[in-house]
Amino acid sequence: MPRSETEHRRWSYLIAGLLLIVLWQAISVLLNSIALPTPLTVFYAFIAGLKDDLLSHLLVSAARVGYGIVLALSLAVPLGLISYKKGADKIITPFIYLLYPIPHIVLLPLIILLFGIGDLSKVILIAIIVFFQILVTTRDAARNISTNYIYSLLSLGATDKDVYKHVVFPACLPKILTALRISIGTAIAVLFFVESFATRKGLGYLIMDSWSRMDYPDLYAAIVSMALLGFCLYVVLELVERKVCAWVYV
Amino acid sequence: MRFMIEAEGISKVYQDGTEALREVCFEVPEGESCSIIGPSGCGKTSLLFIFSGILKPTSGKALIEGKEVASPSREVALILQDYGLFPWKTVYENVSLGLELRGYGKKERQEIVLPLLDDLDLKDFANHYPKQLSGGMQQRVGFARALALNPEILVMDEPLSSLDALTRETLQNFLLALWKNKGLTMLLVTHNIEEAVFLGREIIVLSPRPGRVVKIVKNHNVGEVNYRNTEDFFDKCREVRQSIEDGAT
Ligand SMILES: Nc1ncnc2c1ncn2[C@@H]1O[C@H](COP(=O)(O)OP(=O)(O)OP(=O)(O)O)[C@@H](O)[C@H]1O
Ligand SMILES: [Mg+2]
Repeated sequence: MPRSETEHRRWSYLIAGLLLIVLWQAISVLLNSIALPTPLTVFYAFIAGLKDDLLSHLLVSAARVGYGIVLALSLAVPLGLISYKKGADKIITPFIYLLYPIPHIVLLPLIILLFGIGDLSKVILIAIIVFFQILVTTRDAARNISTNYIYSLLSLGATDKDVYKHVVFPACLPKILTALRISIGTAIAVLFFVESFATRKGLGYLIMDSWSRMDYPDLYAAIVSMALLGFCLYVVLELVERKVCAWVYV
Repeated sequence: MRFMIEAEGISKVYQDGTEALREVCFEVPEGESCSIIGPSGCGKTSLLFIFSGILKPTSGKALIEGKEVASPSREVALILQDYGLFPWKTVYENVSLGLELRGYGKKERQEIVLPLLDDLDLKDFANHYPKQLSGGMQQRVGFARALALNPEILVMDEPLSSLDALTRETLQNFLLALWKNKGLTMLLVTHNIEEAVFLGREIIVLSPRPGRVVKIVKNHNVGEVNYRNTEDFFDKCREVRQSIEDGAT
């Protein structure tokens, strides 16, 4: 990507950020309620929080989302990729269609029963939800790979493993990363949900806790931290995508 | 005379019952070039896949150098019209892929690929992706990839059909030179009668599906660039066109 374009994007992020802050300021002044403190108040609370334990909550949350996403990816991607074979696809598809429409959040009691009330079940719930989003997309991408690519490769003397390495995986990668980007929003929402009970760590806990104490600046500082977490994940993903899918962007 | 390619009564019926080829017989001597022409859907691609070891015939035999084809071999290079190149690999990566799959080291690959890219005027584009190249250049990359393995046989499925007329003619000349200079045996599927006549010592005309051999047109004067402008060339084109029409009725 040309330099000026990168620069341009940085500016647009900055401007959007500033506009949102101005809007927030305007609304909080208009509402004049303790339920919506001004950006500056929240900023002070955020700084104070950093000196206190906000950062450790943030890290705990980041780890939960991170592990959840990695777990989901490591299961969904291989399972989606083998769908390029018609036979495998026929076996996998019914399972997807039966299980995908269930709101997976209702599995929580079962997950707690199986994996306890600790971090593991939180990670697993995030993973399950991201898993399906990535599986469905990866599978669609794998099924639509032109067989000519595969024939081309086979004629060069490729083994089954080569087909995954040189065709199926790279062909699906852009779709996988897009799915992942969409899943981040969901993952953060689920994160909030799983951290709102049975834990004293994480941004979700912090939000619920400050809310019950009616400490609104702290509440918003935690919300802002959650937004930052999501934003960082997006940025990381985008950098990865530009690196590993350079061919899409040329 | 040694036959490089032999089709011994090849028939192909797909699993869904589609009969693509019926009892196809022909042979191509070593170092000769043979065009295959026939209506759409008559099984030309299927036939090439069978010779490339990607597809098994339902009955009959495909022989390369007298041996039945069981799996893709490095003597046979397959070139497809589109999709042959991998958009996620650079020109260099595309060309060296066959070597990589056959276990060549990085250094060996470089020693083969770089001169080849140079030969085909692609040196400055080694790190480009296919979609950054023109259609003609992309197809040259396809040829380079096939040639990297130093094959004895080139099997091509409409390699030039998505190109404009001028580029197409240039690459036809390129193929002609390749055939004459490297002593390759070539099997070329094309929809274009002039191309079939310009490049094939023999032209095999197939009937509509299921493909059968309608006629094998001998074309002895092939081999010079200006063959295109000779009376004989036009006669052959007429003869091939007539056979295609005969096959369709
Ligand atoms: N995997 C498959 N399963 C079932 N039928 C197939 C399959 N592949 C090809 N066919 C059918 O077999 C016939 C021959 O196909 P093929 O692609 O070999 O024809 P072709 O001569 O190359 O056609 P074209 O000139 O359009 O490229 C067609 O009717 C096609 O629909
Ligand atoms: Mg075809």
